[in-house]
Amino acid sequence: MEETSLQKDSVERPAATPTRREVYEAEVRRRSNRIALISVVSVALAIVVLVPLAPGWEAVQRSFFNGRVFVETFPGLLEAFLMNVMIFAWSAPLIAITGLVIALCRDTRAPALFPLRLFGIAYTDIFRGLPVVLVIYIIGFGVPGLGLPRPWNSPYIWGTLALVLVYSAYVAEVIRSGIDSIHQSQRSAAASLGLSDQDTMRYVVLPQAIRNVVPANMNLFIALQKDVALLSFIGPVEIFRQAGVYKSLYANFTPYVGAALIFLALTIPATRYADYLMNKQNRART
Amino acid sequence: MTAKLSLRGVRKRFDYHEVCKGIDLDVAEGEMVCLIGASGSGKSTLLRCMNLLEPIDDGEIWLDGKDISEPGLDPQPVRQQIGIVFQSYNLFPHMTAVENVMLAPRRVRGLSRDDLRPRVTQLFTRFGLGDRMEHYPDQLSGGQQQRVAIIRALAMEPQIMLFDEITSALDPELVGEVLDVLRDLRKQGMTMVLATHEMGFARELADKVCFLDAGRILEQGPPKVLFSQPREKRTKAFLSRVL
Ligand SMILES: Nc1ncnc2c1ncn2[C@@H]1O[C@H](COP(=O)(O)OP(=O)(O)OP(=O)(O)O)[C@@H](O)[C@H]1O
Ligand SMILES: [Mg+2]
Repeated sequence: MEETSLQKDSVERPAATPTRREVYEAEVRRRSNRIALISVVSVALAIVVLVPLAPGWEAVQRSFFNGRVFVETFPGLLEAFLMNVMIFAWSAPLIAITGLVIALCRDTRAPALFPLRLFGIAYTDIFRGLPVVLVIYIIGFGVPGLGLPRPWNSPYIWGTLALVLVYSAYVAEVIRSGIDSIHQSQRSAAASLGLSDQDTMRYVVLPQAIRNVVPANMNLFIALQKDVALLSFIGPVEIFRQAGVYKSLYANFTPYVGAALIFLALTIPATRYADYLMNKQNRART
Repeated sequence: MTAKLSLRGVRKRFDYHEVCKGIDLDVAEGEMVCLIGASGSGKSTLLRCMNLLEPIDDGEIWLDGKDISEPGLDPQPVRQQIGIVFQSYNLFPHMTAVENVMLAPRRVRGLSRDDLRPRVTQLFTRFGLGDRMEHYPDQLSGGQQQRVAIIRALAMEPQIMLFDEITSALDPELVGEVLDVLRDLRKQGMTMVLATHEMGFARELADKVCFLDAGRILEQGPPKVLFSQPREKRTKAFLSRVL
C-alpha cells in the first residue's frame, strides 16, 4: 500500500480520470470514515450522558472542573511552567552530550581504555536501575547538604543534575543500539579504505546511528519533559508544585487539571511528531 | 620475489570450518587474475585475506617483497595499497557520491577537498558519472553505485585492486557498464584480482584463471587453456554447469 502510493508521486500520469481501482479505494475509504465517525460519536454521547448520572459527579465537577478557579489560576500555572521549560532547556543538551559520551565509552575496544568501558557499563546499569525520584532525592538533598556556598547549594541545580544523570543513561543505551544496528559491511568498507577505527566511528557509523535513533530519543525527551515535575519534591516551584499551592489556596483540584492540559498541549504534538518520524523511517527501511 | 603479490600456504578458518586450505598464488605487476568456483568455495574470504580484512591463520602474504601477513602488523598502510570493491557496493548512505570518494583521501592522506577536486572530478567523468557527483547513493542505480564504489577505491591510488563479484547484484542490463570500467582499468595496467561468475569476461581479459574448490586452488592457468582443456574432473564439472 505505502509503496504504491509513494511511487504514484514519481510516476507522471495525467490526474484527470481516476482508474477503476482508485474509484473503488475511494469508496472503501469513505465507508470506513463513516463507520469510524459514527462509533466515536456514540461513545462520546455515552460518556456525556452516563458519567453525570454517577452519584459523586456533582462533587467531582465542583472540585476538578471549576471554571472560576481555572481562569484565576491558569496564568500563574503558565508562568510556573516556564520553570519547567528552563530546566528542560538546559538539561536536554547536557543529556544528549553525556549520553553520547557514555555510549562511546561502552564501545571502546582498546585494552588501555578498559576502565572507560567498565565505567560506561556501570553507569548505565546503575542509573537505569534506580527510580528517578530516588536519584533526585539523594542528589538533590544530599549534595546541598554538604554546605556548599551559594549558588551551589541550590536543589534546583542538583535536582536537574539528577535528571541529567538518569536520562543520559537511557540516551546512551539508545545510541548504543543505533551503533549496533549499523551493518558490519559499512565498517568493512571503511577499514578497506584505510580509515582508522576512530574515523570509522566518527564519519561512517555515528552519523548513521544517530539519525536512526532520533525518534527513540525524542520519546525519551518527551518523558524528560514530564519528569521535570518530579523536581517539585525537592524545592523548585515548577508547575506541579505551583498547582499544589493553588490547590491549598482555593481548596480545589482544578489547578491540577489546568497543569495537565498545559503538559498535554506540549507532549501530544511532540509524541505525534516522534511517531511520524518513526513511521517514516520504518517505511524507508522496507 | 618477482610477483607483486604472493600467497604462500594461506590458511583461514572460521571456528572449525577451514575455508582456505593452503592457497599458493602469484599475481604479477599489471596482471589480471580471475578466481572462479562454486558458491562457498572461499573466493570472497581469500580476497578479504589479501587486504587483511580477515587475519590469516597460517601461511604468508607478500606484497612487493614484504611480508604483510605478520601478526601484529598495522593493516592500515597495506589496505591503502590494496583496494577492494564488494558485491553489495557498501557505499556510505549518508554521504553524496563525491563525499564517499573523498572521505578516505582526506582523513587518511590528509588531502583537502580542493586538492582532491580535479582528480576526483576526472575519475567521475572518466567513468561516466560526471553529473552524478552530488547525488546520494539511494538516488543512483546499482550500476552507478558500483562505479562510485570503484572510484572510491581508486581515489586512494592503490597498486592492486580486488573485486568481489561486483556485477552479481546488478540487473543484467547494468553489468556491461561496470565491466567496461574493468576493461578501462585493465588497459591502464592496473594489477587486479577478481572473484567472478562472468566467465565470458574472464576468458576475454584474464591473464590467469584460478579454479577454487573447497578452499584449494585446484587448477590454474591462462583462460584459453583452463576453459577449453581443464585437467581436473571437478573443474570440468563446474565449467559445464556455468558455461
Ligand atoms: N565471517 C564468517 N564467519 C563464518 N563463516 C564464514 C564467514 N565468512 C565466510 N564464511 C564461510 O566460508 C565459506 C566460504 O565463503 P566465501 O564467502 O568466501 O565463499 P565464496 O566463494 O565467495 O562464495 P560466493 O560465490 O557465494 O560468494 C562459506 O561456507 C561461508 O559460510
Ligand atoms: Mg563471495
